[in-house]
Amino acid sequence: MILHELIDYSTLKMIWWLLLGILLIGFAVTDGFDMGVGTLLPFLGETDTERRVAINTIGATWEGNQVWFILGGGAIFAAWPPLYAISFSGFYLAMFIVLAAMILRPVAFKYRSKRPDPNWRSGWDWALFIGSSVPALVFGVAVGNVLLGVPFRLDLDLRMTYEGSFFDLFSPFSLLCGLLSLSMLVMHGGAWLGLKADGVVAERGRRYGSFAAIMVLCLFALGGWLIMNGYIVGYRITSDVDPNMPANPLWTEVARDPSAWMRNFHAHSIFWIAPALGFLGAFGALIGLQSRFEKLTFFASKMSVFGIISTVGVSMFPFILPSSVQPNASLTVWDAASSHATLFNMLVATVIFLPIVLAYTAWVYRVLWGKVDERTIEDNNHTAY
Amino acid sequence: MELSVVELSRLQFAMTALYHFLFVPLTIGLSILLAVMETVYVMTGREIWKRMVKFWGTLFGINFVLGVATGLTMEFQFGMNWAYFSQYVGDVFGAPLAIEGLMAFFMEATFVGLFFFGWDKLTKRQHLAATWAVALGTNLSALWILIANGWMQHPVGAMFNPDAMRMEVTSFYEVLFNPVAQAKFVHTVSAGYVTAALFVIGISSWYLLKNRYLDLAKRSIAVASAFGFASALSVVVLGDESGYEANLNQKMKLATIEAMWETEPAPASFNVIAIPDMEKRDNLFAIEVPYVMGLIATRSLDTQIPGIKELVEESKDRIRQGAIAWDALQKIRANPKDVDPDVRETFIQNQHTLGYAYLLMPFTDTPLEATNEQIDAAAWSAVPNVWPMFYAFRIMVACGFFFILLTAVIFYFSSSGRLDDLRTRYRWILHIAVWSIPFPWIACEMGWFVAEYGRQPWIIEGMLPTSAAVSSLSVWEVMITLAVFIALYSTLLVIEVSLMLKAIRKGPEDGETPRSPQIAPVSQAFPAAAE
Repeated sequence: MILHELIDYSTLKMIWWLLLGILLIGFAVTDGFDMGVGTLLPFLGETDTERRVAINTIGATWEGNQVWFILGGGAIFAAWPPLYAISFSGFYLAMFIVLAAMILRPVAFKYRSKRPDPNWRSGWDWALFIGSSVPALVFGVAVGNVLLGVPFRLDLDLRMTYEGSFFDLFSPFSLLCGLLSLSMLVMHGGAWLGLKADGVVAERGRRYGSFAAIMVLCLFALGGWLIMNGYIVGYRITSDVDPNMPANPLWTEVARDPSAWMRNFHAHSIFWIAPALGFLGAFGALIGLQSRFEKLTFFASKMSVFGIISTVGVSMFPFILPSSVQPNASLTVWDAASSHATLFNMLVATVIFLPIVLAYTAWVYRVLWGKVDERTIEDNNHTAY
Repeated sequence: MELSVVELSRLQFAMTALYHFLFVPLTIGLSILLAVMETVYVMTGREIWKRMVKFWGTLFGINFVLGVATGLTMEFQFGMNWAYFSQYVGDVFGAPLAIEGLMAFFMEATFVGLFFFGWDKLTKRQHLAATWAVALGTNLSALWILIANGWMQHPVGAMFNPDAMRMEVTSFYEVLFNPVAQAKFVHTVSAGYVTAALFVIGISSWYLLKNRYLDLAKRSIAVASAFGFASALSVVVLGDESGYEANLNQKMKLATIEAMWETEPAPASFNVIAIPDMEKRDNLFAIEVPYVMGLIATRSLDTQIPGIKELVEESKDRIRQGAIAWDALQKIRANPKDVDPDVRETFIQNQHTLGYAYLLMPFTDTPLEATNEQIDAAAWSAVPNVWPMFYAFRIMVACGFFFILLTAVIFYFSSSGRLDDLRTRYRWILHIAVWSIPFPWIACEMGWFVAEYGRQPWIIEGMLPTSAAVSSLSVWEVMITLAVFIALYSTLLVIEVSLMLKAIRKGPEDGETPRSPQIAPVSQAFPAAAE
């Protein structure tokens, strides 16, 4: 069947770069506030009921949100197999820590209120805290490492060897990115609590969310400043690129270049919209949290998440995973995608199913709409988390 | 014992997959049972059925989260531990995984929230729709993961692309409608249905023995025994279908299941018990039933089933041919942009055997010059250890027949309205039902083992050996993660079982032993199931 010839290969590669961007943003926007709430949990509630208010603002929907994460893994596997292979095996221990933390999360939600014992509950609350804050931090650290370049090599069989160690992942810049990611999701969680919780829990959510929004503004500015001034060396393709080339990363030549991560912004000034949204969104969320325009706050916070992640994507394009020790092995949109047929088939599946998913997700949120307060918990003592 | 990264990674995969598969079959089957019970509730309007949905739903929830939690690992560990596998076949294997997320996981995970929290917010019919969506999503996820797994067993619709150094899809249709995947899907979901049925029957039997919640227990047994009997029949029949497919596509797996060293005249006999010896390449002892094997595997009286030794001889030819493909590939990749058309043609002619050349890698770096001894060693390395296959299979099959018997007996009592006889005269049957709860899990795990261990030494049958598929990790890294996984999963399992037992002992909340009154909200027309 040559149905996939309907859309040419390079266009499909481009479409999948956009779709994976959307997927990543979808994950950060939905599961992001769950992680923000989980991270804030130890600071939100002084009593068990207060903590349960916080947990139950996300209790019925976190599970669907988490699928964005799982789908992210599956979609990267399907659309960019080399990225899936190299990043997850290269960041092996970091990835394992994320997994172990995230495994705790579903269990903590479901089991914490099954027993009245305060030790039992406090143990699961810490599991929720770890299951939320650790991934939020590590994802940022991972993005920081991707911006810096990752020490992997490819041989002619495209078999990867990784030359870094676990502790090499934590450089000042990658930690900055980790903190930015954590702050971003805490801000988002704070905005969610303002919208969905009531009483003292919402109040505390606003306070911590505002602090996180200020952190986002500072850290995003600092990261941007480092990149603009060439402290973070980027990568650019030096050979001719045929966007329709087969997926073999070794076919392109790549060099390190201190100004590379700014090239797209200099070439097309429209891309400045992305960082502008990052800042404006965070600023809007800060104002909204203070003045209690809850819907505006949550919208602004989403915009900020969207802007910050897009900024990274635009800055690196067409790179998706540069290699610091063998730059020619770097993965780009053009040389690390799946085959023409697979990209097409996956696009068809996405076009059919993504709208359906979005439609029923929206319906479920509407059904479950309404603020959660202490009375809600007391009324549903046995069914609530 | 020194363990390599390959062995540790295999152990880790087996351990995480087997744990995951403790929770999945129950989720698959119980989601359907819940939907059936709730359908009865909506159709008849009788409150007892709603209580049943809530009670079994509580147990479902306790189990479901661990399926979700352990499932996270499954989605990511291909990249973590099997990087070269992911690079080599991601173009084919990744798509079903992604579609599984898009089509199935979203559905089950989004609606499971409504299942638990939507009772007061939805109409009866809306809630029923949510429950069916959970069941459908759960079962669809099994379909997609088995399409992916089926492709590892029988890699159709793909070819090796020497430019990208990987397998690429040539026909997505063939991947989807892979007969192995289809046979596996129906066999696996049926196994899930049996698991859930025996779970419900076992717990209900315990209530009947204890004289508690009789209304709930009798109705539950009636539904579960009918469902379980049909599923037990289908799991055995469709398992036979898998065996038939295995004969067409994975002859080595079948030969090791049967401990069949030599090719016998058709129709081959079936070894009921045997003591296989890998060194002597023969069975030290065997009890045979004539004709049965030939009939099951070929559905004919005159088709031969090749024995292990004949298959090894066939592998040797493929290894020699594979070495030619491998050599041509080296020439292509050395100068990819200017390839001699003859070399490319040689590669295309022989590429279907490329995987066999990798079998030589542990023995020589120059496959084309491999000696007969090296080829012999490589070919024998492609035989899985026989006795675990032989016995795992027999345990699974024995369980299957036992499930048919047990569900048939209980279905007989329930459909003839004689469940009270079970409580009085035939209490021993109920005792057996209670003690049978663990057996479906044993059968499921054995089934996984036969399917996946029987594929060894291949990670993709005939295409890529497991030893070539692993990530560049150090032994200690995998040791750490394996140890933490074991500790974490085992802790969670213990907690799960203890919560399960607690919920079972407590029973449905508004049963014969009412609890002390809680703050009863007006909005809650019916006190919730124990949570």
